[in-house]
Amino acid sequence: MTEPQSACQSVGIVAPQTARFEEALPLRSGARLDGYELVFETYGTLNAARNNAVLVCHALSGSHHVAGRYAGEKEDSGWWNNLVGPGKPLDTDKFFVIGVNNLGGCHGSTGPRSINPATGQPWGADFPFVTVEDWVDAQARLADKLGIESFAAIIGGSLGGMQALSWALQYPERVRHAAVIASAPKLTAQNIAFNEVARQAILTDPDFHGGHFYEHAMVPERGLRLARMVGHITYLSDDAMGEKFGRSLRHGKAAYSYDAEFEIESYLRHQGDRFSRQFDANTYLLTTKALDYYDPAFTHNGDLTAALAVARAAFLVVAFTTDWRFSPDRSREIVYALAHNGRNVAYAEIDCAAGHDSFLLDDPQYHAVLSAWFDRIEV
Amino acid sequence: MVAYRYDYDVIAQWIGQGEKVLDLGCGDGGLLRHLIETRQVLGYGVENDPEKILACLKNGINVIQADMDRGLTGFGDGFFDHVIMSLSLQAMHSTQGILAEMLRVGREAVVSFPNFGYWQHRQSILNGRMPVSRSLPYQWFDTPNVRFFTIADFEALCAQSGIAIHKRLAFDEGKVIVDDPNFLASVAVYRLGRD
Repeated sequence: MTEPQSACQSVGIVAPQTARFEEALPLRSGARLDGYELVFETYGTLNAARNNAVLVCHALSGSHHVAGRYAGEKEDSGWWNNLVGPGKPLDTDKFFVIGVNNLGGCHGSTGPRSINPATGQPWGADFPFVTVEDWVDAQARLADKLGIESFAAIIGGSLGGMQALSWALQYPERVRHAAVIASAPKLTAQNIAFNEVARQAILTDPDFHGGHFYEHAMVPERGLRLARMVGHITYLSDDAMGEKFGRSLRHGKAAYSYDAEFEIESYLRHQGDRFSRQFDANTYLLTTKALDYYDPAFTHNGDLTAALAVARAAFLVVAFTTDWRFSPDRSREIVYALAHNGRNVAYAEIDCAAGHDSFLLDDPQYHAVLSAWFDRIEV
Repeated sequence: MVAYRYDYDVIAQWIGQGEKVLDLGCGDGGLLRHLIETRQVLGYGVENDPEKILACLKNGINVIQADMDRGLTGFGDGFFDHVIMSLSLQAMHSTQGILAEMLRVGREAVVSFPNFGYWQHRQSILNGRMPVSRSLPYQWFDTPNVRFFTIADFEALCAQSGIAIHKRLAFDEGKVIVDDPNFLASVAVYRLGRD
Protein backbone atom coordinates (compact mmCIF):
# COMPACT_ATOMS: atom_id res chain seq x y z
CA MET A 1 0.00 0.00 0.00
CA THR A 2 1.20 3.46 -0.81
CA GLU A 3 1.00 6.20 1.75
CA PRO A 4 -1.93 8.55 1.35
CA GLN A 5 -0.71 11.77 -0.24
CA SER A 6 -2.18 15.20 -0.10
CA ALA A 7 -3.08 16.51 -3.55
CA CYS A 8 -0.35 19.12 -3.63
CA GLN A 9 2.96 19.05 -1.87
CA SER A 10 6.16 21.02 -1.71
CA VAL A 11 9.34 19.89 -3.42
CA GLY A 12 10.83 20.37 0.06
CA ILE A 13 14.42 21.34 0.75
CA VAL A 14 16.45 22.14 -2.35
CA ALA A 15 20.02 23.22 -3.05
CA PRO A 16 21.40 25.18 -5.99
CA GLN A 17 24.07 23.73 -8.26
CA THR A 18 26.65 25.49 -10.39
CA ALA A 19 27.75 24.60 -13.91
CA ARG A 20 31.00 26.01 -15.26
CA PHE A 21 31.43 26.63 -19.01
CA GLU A 22 34.86 27.17 -20.52
CA GLU A 23 33.86 27.51 -24.18
CA ALA A 24 33.44 31.18 -25.12
CA LEU A 25 29.85 32.37 -25.63
CA PRO A 26 29.41 34.82 -28.52
CA LEU A 27 26.83 37.48 -27.66
CA ARG A 28 24.41 39.36 -29.92
CA SER A 29 26.15 42.64 -29.06
CA GLY A 30 29.31 41.37 -30.75
CA ALA A 31 31.06 40.87 -27.43
CA ARG A 32 31.77 37.45 -26.00
CA LEU A 33 32.12 35.82 -22.61
CA ASP A 34 35.20 33.62 -22.46
CA GLY A 35 34.01 31.54 -19.55
CA TYR A 36 31.02 31.71 -17.24
CA GLU A 37 29.02 29.95 -14.58
CA LEU A 38 25.29 29.28 -14.40
CA VAL A 39 23.59 28.50 -11.12
CA PHE A 40 20.52 26.30 -11.34
CA GLU A 41 18.12 24.09 -9.39
CA THR A 42 16.25 20.95 -10.39
CA TYR A 43 13.08 19.34 -9.05
CA GLY A 44 11.85 15.84 -9.82
CA THR A 45 13.79 13.19 -11.72
CA LEU A 46 15.00 13.03 -15.29
CA ASN A 47 13.45 9.85 -16.70
CA ALA A 48 15.34 7.15 -18.59
CA ALA A 49 14.14 8.45 -21.96
CA ARG A 50 15.37 11.93 -20.91
CA ASN A 51 12.20 13.41 -22.38
CA ASN A 52 10.46 14.85 -19.30
CA ALA A 53 12.53 17.99 -18.73
CA VAL A 54 10.76 21.33 -18.33
CA LEU A 55 12.75 24.56 -18.26
CA VAL A 56 11.35 27.46 -16.24
CA CYS A 57 12.65 30.84 -17.43
CA HIS A 58 12.61 33.70 -14.97
CA ALA A 59 11.53 37.30 -15.37
CA LEU A 60 13.19 40.56 -14.33
CA SER A 61 13.56 39.94 -10.61
CA GLY A 62 13.32 36.13 -10.56
CA SER A 63 16.04 33.55 -10.16
CA HIS A 64 16.84 29.85 -10.42
CA HIS A 65 15.04 29.31 -7.10
CA VAL A 66 11.66 28.36 -8.55
CA ALA A 67 10.27 26.04 -5.87
CA GLY A 68 10.87 24.70 -2.39
CA ARG A 69 13.02 26.12 0.36
CA TYR A 70 16.63 26.10 1.43
CA ALA A 71 17.85 24.27 4.52
CA GLY A 72 17.15 26.44 7.55
CA GLU A 73 14.15 28.18 5.99
CA LYS A 74 10.78 27.59 7.59
CA GLU A 75 8.67 28.31 4.53
CA ASP A 76 8.91 27.62 0.82
CA SER A 77 10.65 30.54 -0.84
CA GLY A 78 10.68 29.58 -4.55
CA TRP A 79 9.11 32.31 -6.66
CA TRP A 80 6.82 29.90 -8.53
CA ASN A 81 6.29 27.51 -5.64
CA ASN A 82 2.51 27.55 -6.13
CA LEU A 83 2.98 26.13 -9.64
CA VAL A 84 5.82 23.62 -9.26
CA GLY A 85 5.68 20.55 -7.04
CA PRO A 86 4.17 17.10 -6.61
CA GLY A 87 0.52 17.23 -7.72
CA LYS A 88 0.79 20.87 -8.77
CA PRO A 89 0.09 22.08 -12.33
CA LEU A 90 3.76 21.61 -13.21
CA ASP A 91 3.92 18.23 -11.52
CA THR A 92 7.38 17.18 -10.37
CA ASP A 93 6.18 13.57 -10.07
CA LYS A 94 5.96 13.62 -13.87
CA PHE A 95 8.42 16.27 -14.99
CA PHE A 96 12.06 17.08 -14.32
CA VAL A 97 11.92 20.82 -13.75
CA ILE A 98 14.92 23.12 -14.11
CA GLY A 99 15.28 26.70 -12.96
CA VAL A 100 18.36 28.65 -14.03
CA ASN A 101 19.64 32.11 -13.13
CA ASN A 102 20.36 34.02 -16.31
CA LEU A 103 23.72 35.41 -17.35
CA GLY A 104 24.17 38.91 -16.03
CA GLY A 105 22.04 38.02 -13.04
CA CYS A 106 22.81 38.63 -9.40
CA HIS A 107 21.82 35.32 -7.82
CA GLY A 108 24.96 33.33 -8.51
CA SER A 109 25.36 33.10 -12.28
CA THR A 110 28.15 35.12 -13.87
CA GLY A 111 27.12 38.76 -13.84
CA PRO A 112 28.23 42.29 -13.06
CA ARG A 113 29.13 41.36 -9.47
CA SER A 114 31.47 38.59 -10.70
CA ILE A 115 35.18 39.16 -11.14
CA ASN A 116 36.26 40.18 -14.63
CA PRO A 117 39.28 37.93 -15.29
CA ALA A 118 40.86 40.68 -17.40
CA THR A 119 41.01 43.16 -14.51
CA GLY A 120 40.67 41.13 -11.35
CA GLN A 121 37.89 43.55 -10.35
CA PRO A 122 34.09 43.11 -10.47
CA TRP A 123 32.73 43.57 -13.98
CA GLY A 124 30.31 46.29 -12.93
CA ALA A 125 29.19 48.37 -15.87
CA ASP A 126 31.72 46.60 -18.13
CA PHE A 127 29.71 43.39 -18.09
CA PRO A 128 28.63 42.87 -21.69
CA PHE A 129 25.03 43.47 -22.76
CA VAL A 130 23.10 40.19 -22.84
CA THR A 131 19.93 39.60 -24.82
CA VAL A 132 17.07 37.13 -24.55
CA GLU A 133 18.72 35.17 -27.38
CA ASP A 134 22.04 35.07 -25.48
CA TRP A 135 20.28 33.72 -22.40
CA VAL A 136 18.66 31.01 -24.49
CA ASP A 137 22.04 30.06 -25.98
CA ALA A 138 23.51 29.78 -22.48
CA GLN A 139 20.52 27.73 -21.26
CA ALA A 140 20.95 25.41 -24.27
CA ARG A 141 24.52 24.71 -23.19
CA LEU A 142 23.29 23.88 -19.71
CA ALA A 143 20.78 21.48 -21.31
CA ASP A 144 23.66 19.88 -23.25
CA LYS A 145 25.55 19.43 -20.02
CA LEU A 146 22.53 17.83 -18.33
CA GLY A 147 22.06 15.46 -21.28
CA ILE A 148 18.72 16.97 -22.35
CA GLU A 149 18.33 16.87 -26.10
CA SER A 150 14.81 18.24 -26.18
CA PHE A 151 12.52 19.74 -23.58
CA ALA A 152 9.01 18.44 -22.96
CA ALA A 153 8.16 22.09 -22.32
CA ILE A 154 9.68 25.49 -21.71
CA ILE A 155 7.62 27.94 -19.69
CA GLY A 156 8.05 31.50 -18.57
CA GLY A 157 6.10 34.59 -17.56
CA SER A 158 6.76 38.14 -18.72
CA LEU A 159 10.45 38.31 -19.73
CA GLY A 160 10.52 34.56 -19.07
CA GLY A 161 7.80 34.14 -21.70
CA MET A 162 10.03 35.92 -24.20
CA GLN A 163 12.71 33.30 -23.48
CA ALA A 164 10.23 30.44 -23.99
CA LEU A 165 9.21 31.98 -27.33
CA SER A 166 12.81 32.58 -28.32
CA TRP A 167 13.72 28.97 -27.52
CA ALA A 168 11.08 27.80 -30.00
CA LEU A 169 12.65 30.05 -32.65
CA GLN A 170 16.36 29.46 -31.91
CA TYR A 171 16.16 25.72 -31.19
CA PRO A 172 12.86 24.60 -32.75
CA GLU A 173 13.82 20.93 -32.67
CA ARG A 174 14.61 21.07 -28.95
CA VAL A 175 11.26 22.41 -27.68
CA ARG A 176 8.14 20.24 -27.90
CA HIS A 177 5.85 22.64 -26.00
CA ALA A 178 6.17 26.29 -25.05
CA ALA A 179 4.08 28.24 -22.54
CA VAL A 180 4.26 32.01 -22.96
CA ILE A 181 2.53 33.74 -20.06
CA ALA A 182 1.78 37.44 -19.51
CA SER A 183 4.32 38.23 -22.18
CA ALA A 184 4.72 39.98 -25.53
CA PRO A 185 6.52 39.54 -28.85
CA LYS A 186 8.10 42.94 -28.20
CA LEU A 187 7.65 45.82 -25.81
CA THR A 188 5.56 48.83 -26.73
CA ALA A 189 6.99 52.36 -26.58
CA GLN A 190 5.08 52.89 -23.34
CA ASN A 191 6.63 49.78 -21.83
CA ILE A 192 10.14 50.85 -22.86
CA ALA A 193 9.37 54.26 -21.38
CA PHE A 194 8.74 52.75 -17.95
CA ASN A 195 12.03 50.85 -18.19
CA GLU A 196 13.83 54.04 -19.12
CA VAL A 197 12.49 55.87 -16.07
CA ALA A 198 13.72 52.98 -13.91
CA ARG A 199 17.15 53.05 -15.57
CA GLN A 200 17.47 56.82 -15.21
CA ALA A 201 16.70 56.51 -11.50
CA ILE A 202 19.70 54.18 -11.17
CA LEU A 203 22.03 55.90 -13.64
CA THR A 204 21.59 59.32 -11.99
CA ASP A 205 22.03 58.06 -8.44
CA PRO A 206 25.38 59.56 -7.27
CA ASP A 207 26.16 56.26 -5.55
CA PHE A 208 26.05 54.46 -8.92
CA HIS A 209 29.54 55.66 -9.87
CA GLY A 210 29.06 54.79 -13.52
CA GLY A 211 28.32 51.20 -12.57
CA HIS A 212 31.54 50.72 -10.58
CA PHE A 213 29.98 51.24 -7.17
CA TYR A 214 31.38 47.97 -5.80
CA GLU A 215 34.90 49.36 -5.55
CA HIS A 216 33.48 52.38 -3.70
CA ALA A 217 31.75 49.98 -1.30
CA MET A 218 28.44 51.65 -2.16
CA VAL A 219 25.08 50.60 -3.51
CA PRO A 220 22.85 52.96 -5.51
CA GLU A 221 19.96 52.16 -3.20
CA ARG A 222 17.94 55.27 -3.99
CA GLY A 223 18.00 54.54 -7.70
CA LEU A 224 17.09 50.88 -7.29
CA ARG A 225 14.36 51.83 -4.88
CA LEU A 226 12.77 54.29 -7.31
CA ALA A 227 13.15 51.82 -10.17
CA ARG A 228 11.31 49.18 -8.19
CA MET A 229 8.59 51.59 -7.09
CA VAL A 230 7.84 52.52 -10.70
CA GLY A 231 7.85 48.85 -11.61
CA HIS A 232 5.40 47.91 -8.89
CA ILE A 233 2.94 50.59 -9.98
CA THR A 234 2.87 49.04 -13.44
CA TYR A 235 2.63 45.44 -12.22
CA LEU A 236 -0.66 46.11 -10.42
CA SER A 237 -3.96 47.18 -11.92
CA ASP A 238 -5.72 50.36 -10.87
CA ASP A 239 -8.54 48.25 -9.41
CA ALA A 240 -6.22 45.90 -7.52
CA MET A 241 -4.33 48.85 -6.05
CA GLY A 242 -7.59 50.54 -5.13
CA GLU A 243 -8.90 47.42 -3.46
CA LYS A 244 -5.68 46.67 -1.60
CA PHE A 245 -4.79 50.17 -0.44
CA GLY A 246 -7.51 52.60 -1.44
CA ARG A 247 -6.87 56.00 0.10
CA SER A 248 -6.21 54.58 3.54
CA LEU A 249 -4.09 56.78 5.76
CA ARG A 250 -1.76 55.09 8.23
CA HIS A 251 -2.67 57.53 11.00
CA GLY A 252 -6.30 57.89 10.03
CA LYS A 253 -5.94 61.54 9.08
CA ALA A 254 -3.68 63.86 7.13
CA ALA A 255 -0.42 64.66 8.93
CA TYR A 256 0.70 67.27 6.39
CA SER A 257 4.11 65.70 5.94
CA TYR A 258 6.14 63.84 3.31
CA ASP A 259 6.41 60.73 5.42
CA ALA A 260 4.60 57.67 4.17
CA GLU A 261 0.99 58.53 5.01
CA PHE A 262 -1.12 56.72 2.47
CA GLU A 263 -0.88 52.94 2.64
CA ILE A 264 0.16 52.81 -1.00
CA GLU A 265 3.16 55.04 -0.21
CA SER A 266 4.14 52.75 2.61
CA TYR A 267 3.78 49.69 0.38
CA LEU A 268 5.90 51.13 -2.42
CA ARG A 269 8.61 52.29 -0.03
CA HIS A 270 8.71 48.88 1.62
CA GLN A 271 8.96 47.09 -1.73
CA GLY A 272 11.63 49.53 -2.90
CA ASP A 273 13.70 49.21 0.26
CA ARG A 274 13.60 45.43 0.24
CA PHE A 275 14.55 45.24 -3.42
CA SER A 276 17.38 47.77 -3.19
CA ARG A 277 19.05 45.73 -0.49
CA GLN A 278 19.10 42.47 -2.44
CA PHE A 279 19.18 43.26 -6.16
CA ASP A 280 22.09 44.44 -8.25
CA ALA A 281 21.76 47.77 -10.04
CA ASN A 282 23.81 46.67 -13.06
CA THR A 283 21.71 43.51 -13.40
CA TYR A 284 18.59 45.66 -13.34
CA LEU A 285 19.95 47.88 -16.11
CA LEU A 286 21.07 44.94 -18.27
CA THR A 287 17.84 43.04 -17.81
CA THR A 288 15.56 45.94 -18.70
CA LYS A 289 17.63 46.51 -21.85
CA ALA A 290 17.23 42.82 -22.76
CA LEU A 291 13.47 43.34 -22.43
CA ASP A 292 13.56 46.45 -24.61
CA TYR A 293 15.69 44.87 -27.35
CA TYR A 294 13.66 41.69 -27.71
CA ASP A 295 11.82 41.76 -31.05
CA PRO A 296 12.08 38.59 -33.13
CA ALA A 297 10.14 40.28 -35.96
CA PHE A 298 12.74 43.06 -36.29
CA THR A 299 14.85 41.06 -38.76
CA HIS A 300 11.68 40.13 -40.70
CA ASN A 301 10.59 43.70 -41.48
CA GLY A 302 8.27 43.64 -38.48
CA ASP A 303 6.38 40.60 -39.78
CA LEU A 304 5.82 38.44 -36.70
CA THR A 305 4.18 35.65 -38.71
CA ALA A 306 7.34 35.35 -40.81
CA ALA A 307 9.50 35.44 -37.67
CA LEU A 308 7.55 32.61 -36.05
CA ALA A 309 7.53 30.38 -39.15
CA VAL A 310 10.46 28.32 -37.84
CA ALA A 311 8.72 27.38 -34.57
CA ARG A 312 7.64 23.73 -34.24
CA ALA A 313 6.49 23.60 -30.63
CA ALA A 314 2.85 23.42 -29.54
CA PHE A 315 2.13 26.65 -27.68
CA LEU A 316 0.04 27.75 -24.78
CA VAL A 317 -0.33 31.52 -24.52
CA VAL A 318 -1.91 33.02 -21.40
CA ALA A 319 -2.74 36.65 -20.68
CA PHE A 320 -4.57 38.41 -17.86
CA THR A 321 -7.42 40.84 -18.48
CA THR A 322 -6.12 43.51 -16.09
CA ASP A 323 -2.45 43.31 -17.16
CA TRP A 324 -1.73 46.62 -18.84
CA ARG A 325 2.06 46.31 -18.81
CA PHE A 326 1.87 43.12 -20.96
CA SER A 327 -1.66 43.42 -22.24
CA PRO A 328 -3.74 40.61 -23.78
CA ASP A 329 -3.48 42.39 -27.14
CA ARG A 330 0.26 41.66 -27.21
CA SER A 331 -0.30 38.00 -26.37
CA ARG A 332 -2.90 37.72 -29.13
CA GLU A 333 -0.27 38.88 -31.66
CA ILE A 334 1.73 35.78 -30.79
CA VAL A 335 -1.37 33.57 -31.01
CA TYR A 336 -2.42 34.76 -34.47
CA ALA A 337 1.14 34.69 -35.80
CA LEU A 338 1.42 31.04 -34.72
CA ALA A 339 -2.00 30.15 -36.12
CA HIS A 340 -1.11 31.75 -39.46
CA ASN A 341 1.85 29.38 -39.56
CA GLY A 342 -0.47 26.44 -38.89
CA ARG A 343 1.09 25.81 -35.48
CA ASN A 344 -0.78 24.28 -32.58
CA VAL A 345 -1.63 27.04 -30.13
CA ALA A 346 -4.15 27.54 -27.36
CA TYR A 347 -4.87 30.91 -25.81
CA ALA A 348 -6.48 31.59 -22.44
CA GLU A 349 -7.33 35.05 -21.17
CA ILE A 350 -7.68 34.90 -17.41
CA ASP A 351 -10.07 37.26 -15.67
CA CYS A 352 -7.84 38.13 -12.72
CA ALA A 353 -7.78 41.52 -11.01
CA ALA A 354 -4.11 41.57 -10.02
CA GLY A 355 -2.61 43.01 -13.23
CA HIS A 356 0.78 41.81 -14.46
CA ASP A 357 1.48 40.22 -11.07
CA SER A 358 -1.32 37.72 -11.78
CA PHE A 359 1.10 35.35 -13.45
CA LEU A 360 2.74 34.69 -10.08
CA LEU A 361 -0.56 34.06 -8.26
CA ASP A 362 -2.62 30.90 -8.07
CA ASP A 363 -5.88 32.05 -9.65
CA PRO A 364 -8.02 28.86 -9.96
CA GLN A 365 -8.78 29.21 -13.69
CA TYR A 366 -5.14 30.07 -14.47
CA HIS A 367 -3.84 27.02 -12.67
CA ALA A 368 -6.59 24.80 -14.11
CA VAL A 369 -5.53 25.93 -17.61
CA LEU A 370 -1.90 25.10 -16.88
CA SER A 371 -2.82 21.72 -15.34
CA ALA A 372 -4.97 20.76 -18.34
CA TRP A 373 -2.19 21.74 -20.74
CA PHE A 374 0.66 20.02 -18.86
CA ASP A 375 -1.48 16.89 -18.32
CA ARG A 376 -1.65 16.27 -22.07
CA ILE A 377 2.11 16.45 -22.55
CA GLU A 378 3.32 12.90 -23.12
CA VAL A 379 6.60 11.84 -21.54
CA MET B 1 -16.01 12.27 -23.71
CA VAL B 2 -17.41 14.98 -25.88
CA ALA B 3 -20.97 15.81 -26.78
CA TYR B 4 -22.13 14.58 -30.16
CA ARG B 5 -24.67 16.48 -32.18
CA TYR B 6 -26.37 15.34 -35.33
CA ASP B 7 -25.35 18.42 -37.29
CA TYR B 8 -21.71 17.30 -36.90
CA ASP B 9 -22.09 14.66 -39.63
CA VAL B 10 -23.69 17.15 -41.99
CA ILE B 11 -20.92 19.66 -41.39
CA ALA B 12 -18.20 16.99 -41.67
CA GLN B 13 -19.35 15.90 -45.13
CA TRP B 14 -18.80 19.45 -46.39
CA ILE B 15 -15.24 19.62 -45.07
CA GLY B 16 -12.38 18.29 -47.20
CA GLN B 17 -9.33 16.35 -46.06
CA GLY B 18 -6.66 18.45 -44.38
CA GLU B 19 -8.56 21.73 -44.63
CA LYS B 20 -7.97 24.71 -42.38
CA VAL B 21 -11.09 25.11 -40.26
CA LEU B 22 -12.22 27.66 -37.70
CA ASP B 23 -15.09 26.80 -35.34
CA LEU B 24 -16.73 29.84 -33.73
CA GLY B 25 -18.25 29.02 -30.38
CA CYS B 26 -16.47 25.67 -30.37
CA GLY B 27 -17.77 24.61 -26.94
CA ASP B 28 -15.76 21.68 -25.60
CA GLY B 29 -14.15 21.19 -29.01
CA GLY B 30 -16.33 18.18 -29.88
CA LEU B 31 -16.93 19.17 -33.51
CA LEU B 32 -13.27 20.03 -34.09
CA ARG B 33 -12.18 16.75 -32.52
CA HIS B 34 -14.64 14.96 -34.87
CA LEU B 35 -13.21 16.85 -37.89
CA ILE B 36 -9.62 16.20 -36.82
CA GLU B 37 -10.34 12.47 -36.53
CA THR B 38 -12.46 12.09 -39.68
CA ARG B 39 -10.98 14.78 -41.95
CA GLN B 40 -7.49 15.40 -40.49
CA VAL B 41 -8.20 19.13 -40.50
CA LEU B 42 -5.99 21.84 -39.03
CA GLY B 43 -8.57 23.22 -36.65
CA TYR B 44 -8.85 26.26 -34.41
CA GLY B 45 -11.74 27.14 -32.15
CA VAL B 46 -12.95 30.39 -30.65
CA GLU B 47 -14.67 30.19 -27.27
CA ASN B 48 -15.12 32.55 -24.35
CA ASP B 49 -16.48 30.39 -21.55
CA PRO B 50 -13.73 29.51 -19.01
CA GLU B 51 -15.16 26.02 -18.37
CA LYS B 52 -15.28 25.26 -22.08
CA ILE B 53 -11.72 26.57 -22.52
CA LEU B 54 -10.62 23.96 -19.98
CA ALA B 55 -12.64 21.26 -21.77
CA CYS B 56 -10.95 22.21 -25.06
CA LEU B 57 -7.49 22.04 -23.49
CA LYS B 58 -8.32 18.58 -22.12
CA ASN B 59 -9.41 17.59 -25.65
CA GLY B 60 -6.18 18.95 -27.12
CA ILE B 61 -8.00 21.57 -29.17
CA ASN B 62 -6.37 24.76 -30.47
CA VAL B 63 -8.79 26.99 -28.61
CA ILE B 64 -8.49 30.76 -28.66
CA GLN B 65 -10.29 32.53 -25.85
CA ALA B 66 -12.09 35.51 -27.31
CA ASP B 67 -15.42 37.14 -27.76
CA MET B 68 -16.82 35.74 -31.02
CA ASP B 69 -17.48 39.25 -32.31
CA ARG B 70 -13.79 40.08 -31.83
CA GLY B 71 -12.23 36.65 -32.25
CA LEU B 72 -11.78 36.89 -36.01
CA THR B 73 -10.10 40.27 -36.32
CA GLY B 74 -6.63 38.78 -35.90
CA PHE B 75 -7.02 36.38 -38.82
CA GLY B 76 -5.96 37.29 -42.32
CA ASP B 77 -8.30 37.34 -45.34
CA GLY B 78 -9.11 33.91 -46.74
CA PHE B 79 -6.89 32.04 -44.26
CA PHE B 80 -9.46 29.30 -43.60
CA ASP B 81 -11.16 26.92 -46.00
CA HIS B 82 -14.22 26.79 -43.77
CA VAL B 83 -15.45 28.91 -40.88
CA ILE B 84 -18.14 27.15 -38.88
CA MET B 85 -20.73 28.53 -36.52
CA SER B 86 -22.87 25.73 -35.16
CA LEU B 87 -26.13 26.77 -33.46
CA SER B 88 -24.73 30.11 -32.27
CA LEU B 89 -25.75 32.67 -34.91
CA GLN B 90 -28.97 33.39 -33.00
CA ALA B 91 -26.86 34.42 -29.98
CA MET B 92 -24.85 37.04 -31.91
CA HIS B 93 -25.83 40.70 -31.80
CA SER B 94 -24.27 41.68 -35.09
CA THR B 95 -25.60 39.02 -37.45
CA GLN B 96 -24.45 40.79 -40.61
CA GLY B 97 -21.11 41.71 -39.06
CA ILE B 98 -20.24 38.16 -38.07
CA LEU B 99 -21.37 36.70 -41.41
CA ALA B 100 -19.19 39.24 -43.24
CA GLU B 101 -16.22 38.42 -41.01
CA MET B 102 -16.68 34.67 -41.49
CA LEU B 103 -16.65 35.14 -45.24
CA ARG B 104 -13.64 37.44 -45.01
CA VAL B 105 -11.38 34.96 -43.19
CA GLY B 106 -12.92 31.85 -44.79
CA ARG B 107 -13.53 30.67 -48.33
CA GLU B 108 -16.88 29.30 -47.20
CA ALA B 109 -18.97 29.64 -44.06
CA VAL B 110 -20.99 26.83 -42.52
CA VAL B 111 -23.82 28.05 -40.34
CA SER B 112 -26.56 26.23 -38.46
CA PHE B 113 -29.36 27.79 -36.43
CA PRO B 114 -32.74 26.92 -34.88
CA ASN B 115 -35.69 27.83 -37.11
CA PHE B 116 -38.05 30.10 -35.24
CA GLY B 117 -40.67 29.38 -37.94
CA TYR B 118 -40.86 25.65 -37.06
CA TRP B 119 -44.50 24.63 -36.76
CA GLN B 120 -44.24 23.79 -33.05
CA HIS B 121 -42.83 27.25 -32.40
CA ARG B 122 -45.64 28.87 -34.39
CA GLN B 123 -48.21 26.81 -32.46
CA SER B 124 -46.70 27.95 -29.21
CA ILE B 125 -46.96 31.59 -30.25
CA LEU B 126 -50.57 31.05 -31.36
CA ASN B 127 -51.24 29.67 -27.90
CA GLY B 128 -49.81 32.88 -26.55
CA ARG B 129 -46.50 31.60 -25.18
CA MET B 130 -42.91 31.90 -26.36
CA PRO B 131 -41.68 28.58 -27.76
CA VAL B 132 -39.59 26.19 -25.69
CA SER B 133 -38.40 23.14 -27.63
CA ARG B 134 -35.40 20.90 -28.16
CA SER B 135 -33.92 23.42 -30.62
CA LEU B 136 -34.94 26.42 -28.49
CA PRO B 137 -34.54 24.95 -25.03
CA TYR B 138 -34.57 28.18 -23.01
CA GLN B 139 -37.22 30.20 -21.26
CA TRP B 140 -37.68 33.72 -22.64
CA PHE B 141 -36.12 35.24 -19.53
CA ASP B 142 -32.92 33.18 -19.44
CA THR B 143 -32.15 32.58 -23.10
CA PRO B 144 -28.70 33.43 -24.48
CA ASN B 145 -30.39 33.94 -27.86
CA VAL B 146 -30.80 37.54 -28.94
CA ARG B 147 -31.98 37.16 -32.55
CA PHE B 148 -35.11 35.20 -33.42
CA PHE B 149 -35.44 34.44 -37.12
CA THR B 150 -36.80 31.90 -39.55
CA ILE B 151 -35.26 30.09 -42.50
CA ALA B 152 -37.10 32.52 -44.78
CA ASP B 153 -35.75 35.51 -42.84
CA PHE B 154 -32.19 34.20 -43.08
CA GLU B 155 -32.37 33.60 -46.82
CA ALA B 156 -33.77 37.08 -47.34
CA LEU B 157 -30.81 38.50 -45.40
CA CYS B 158 -28.35 36.49 -47.52
CA ALA B 159 -29.92 37.81 -50.75
CA GLN B 160 -29.77 41.35 -49.40
CA SER B 161 -26.15 41.02 -48.16
CA GLY B 162 -24.62 39.45 -51.26
CA ILE B 163 -24.13 36.09 -49.58
CA ALA B 164 -24.43 33.06 -51.87
CA ILE B 165 -26.23 29.99 -50.49
CA HIS B 166 -24.25 27.04 -51.85
CA LYS B 167 -26.24 24.40 -50.04
CA ARG B 168 -28.98 24.09 -47.45
CA LEU B 169 -30.06 21.13 -45.40
CA ALA B 170 -33.00 21.26 -43.03
CA PHE B 171 -33.88 18.88 -40.21
CA ASP B 172 -36.61 17.99 -37.80
CA GLU B 173 -34.65 16.48 -34.91
CA GLY B 174 -32.20 14.69 -37.19
CA LYS B 175 -34.73 13.77 -39.92
CA VAL B 176 -34.08 15.51 -43.25
CA ILE B 177 -36.88 17.84 -44.32
CA VAL B 178 -37.21 18.58 -48.04
CA ASP B 179 -40.67 20.12 -48.41
CA ASP B 180 -41.59 23.41 -46.75
CA PRO B 181 -38.61 23.53 -44.36
CA ASN B 182 -39.61 26.95 -43.02
CA PHE B 183 -42.64 25.24 -41.48
CA LEU B 184 -41.43 21.69 -40.89
CA ALA B 185 -37.73 22.00 -39.97
CA SER B 186 -36.45 22.82 -36.48
CA VAL B 187 -32.84 23.37 -37.55
CA ALA B 188 -31.19 24.46 -40.81
CA VAL B 189 -27.55 24.07 -41.87
CA TYR B 190 -26.06 26.21 -44.67
CA ARG B 191 -22.94 26.38 -46.80
CA LEU B 192 -22.39 30.01 -47.65
CA GLY B 193 -20.02 31.84 -49.94
CA ARG B 194 -19.41 35.29 -51.34
CA ASP B 195 -21.56 36.23 -54.30
